[in-house]
Amino acid sequence: MIGSILLAAPAIPLDEGGRYVAAAYIVFVVLLVIYVGIMAVRLGNLSKEIESLAELAERRNAGDQAGPGATEEPEAEKARA
Amino acid sequence: MKANSLRNISILTALVLGVGLGMVFLWAPLDADQGFIQKIFYLHVPLAIIALVGFVIGGIHAIRHLRTGDPIHDARSYVSIHMSVIFGVAVLITGAIWAKGSWGVWWEWREPTLVSFLIVFLLYATYYPLRYAIPDRERQARYSSVFAITAGAFVPLNFMAVRAAESFIHPRTFATANGGLPGDMLITFCVCIVGFALLWYTLVRFELTAKRTRGQLSRLRRALDGTPPPATAGARIAPGAAR
Repeated sequence: MIGSILLAAPAIPLDEGGRYVAAAYIVFVVLLVIYVGIMAVRLGNLSKEIESLAELAERRNAGDQAGPGATEEPEAEKARA
Repeated sequence: MKANSLRNISILTALVLGVGLGMVFLWAPLDADQGFIQKIFYLHVPLAIIALVGFVIGGIHAIRHLRTGDPIHDARSYVSIHMSVIFGVAVLITGAIWAKGSWGVWWEWREPTLVSFLIVFLLYATYYPLRYAIPDRERQARYSSVFAITAGAFVPLNFMAVRAAESFIHPRTFATANGGLPGDMLITFCVCIVGFALLWYTLVRFELTAKRTRGQLSRLRRALDGTPPPATAGARIAPGAAR
């Protein structure tokens, strides 16, 4: 569909200010792409944060399943020292 | 539900913008005076109008924040202004390109429309240092709201003053005398303005959703390992920020 629209579209008249029109629309698209890129980086950071929280939660679950003694052991060793 | 509505609004934005740009290049007639370069009008003017309206919306959210004390309104005010500043950058660049093509100069200091928009843009550019210079989050939100209300009130006043002033070379979009826009151009312009308004709204919703997610993650992190709350605004708007 996009291809057919592009084929139907007339050529940009570069001698009649067409390059300025192209430049203006390209600037807008570039700004939009930069914004989307920044959002993508932020999304990546959020994904990493979720990953680290999931690991933290899994470690906690593993600690709980090992029994209260397993988590208390380091504390008891510290107290003995 | 929220993710679905965000997806739907994104699809609608893409559709309306696509139709609008299609109308600009395939349907709208060439301007008798400026020729093909007038096509920048359908990009530059809607962006400028939406940016200015966005600044006023930021002020309205700031009033709601001061009245209720709810941090969600502060977040909405901040994001509205942030998005309008980005739109403002696009307005200044596309305007300079249009000026170069039409008038032969990148900037015209004697033109009140251009200079007034630059003043509004620079005014809002000071919003960020003001906001982030205040470490206390409550004071930060309060002072930012006061700024957003004052600057938001300045925008329509500035617009009216410029409208009343005699223009040097900048055309008036909705002229009350000498015709104004012909039908085909007006319809195309209206579709474009709706498209850019939807784009602004969609990006604001995206930004608020991202802030809300960051806030919820911070809460989760604190609940899991007992780290102290971060000093970011995003952490305060966790519940229901993207309403």
